[in-house]
Amino acid sequence: MSALDCDDLVELVTEYLDGALDAETERRFVDHLAGCDPCSRYLDQIRQITQTLGSLSPEALPDAARQALLDAFRNWKR
Amino acid sequence: MEREGPTAAEFPPDRDLVERLRCRDEAAFTLLVDSWSGGMCRLARSFVKTNESAAEVVQDTWLAVIKGIDAFEGRSSLKTWVYRILVNTAKRQGVREGRSIPMSSLAPTDEDYGPTVDPSRFFDGGHQWAGHWRESPAAWPSPEQSALSGEVHAQVIAAVAELPDRQRIVITLRDVEGYSSEEVREILDISAANQRVLLHRARAYVRGRLESYFAAIGAERVGGEAAT
Repeated sequence: MSALDCDDLVELVTEYLDGALDAETERRFVDHLAGCDPCSRYLDQIRQITQTLGSLSPEALPDAARQALLDAFRNWKR
Repeated sequence: MEREGPTAAEFPPDRDLVERLRCRDEAAFTLLVDSWSGGMCRLARSFVKTNESAAEVVQDTWLAVIKGIDAFEGRSSLKTWVYRILVNTAKRQGVREGRSIPMSSLAPTDEDYGPTVDPSRFFDGGHQWAGHWRESPAAWPSPEQSALSGEVHAQVIAAVAELPDRQRIVITLRDVEGYSSEEVREILDISAANQRVLLHRARAYVRGRLESYFAAIGAERVGGEAAT
């Protein structure tokens, strides 16, 4: 079994976060993380990116477009 | 102009929403338009040239939803179904505008493969520590140091805007909108493996960009102190 090095781990973080690694690779991933501060930090930073992206406030539909839609819905006949 | 949608806990289940739309319940339609249109605009923007055009796509999508709701079979969630209509509408609009994005396929290309972290950050083969970080990634200011959070958001938004369309579309759905890999597969017709390649590269790019930003302001601070 070849070792899982830092430069391998950084390419697996998305699969890891998706729970998509096979059991053996996931075990090696977690083992590596437990002993490697730089990789733990890398993973934390990727998590921080996803959290920041998830907290972006949505853009709003312009009021005129929104009103036109609600009007269209009101006028929609069977 | 804040129009906050209800939290997930109080959001009605699909079955109720579909039934109410079919009964022409205006409150249900308003709720959906106000809750989802913002995210829809953001996604549509990756396919078309202007914000105005994206808003038109969203409007056309909702009109198609009204027309199609009676035929909705519930094989996917309502939101996924609406987003599928959105993506198809946005693609057509993008084609009309002559956008050169890969309309037929969002599959990764050669440039989406290969290392996402600069290989020079690691010791190379032959070294005792081959494959290990030469130097740990620098610590970032904690998210709680909120003086920076506005600027961090701006940096992240700018980084996402720089991504190739296919990467931006996937990271927007997954990380901004919070769709699962399965839902994104349904919305974009792209395999879980392919979307992960795109998502991975997109996240690594945004991380690298933020790393450069923190390094630059760190250097500025040090430089400023040295100058005084």
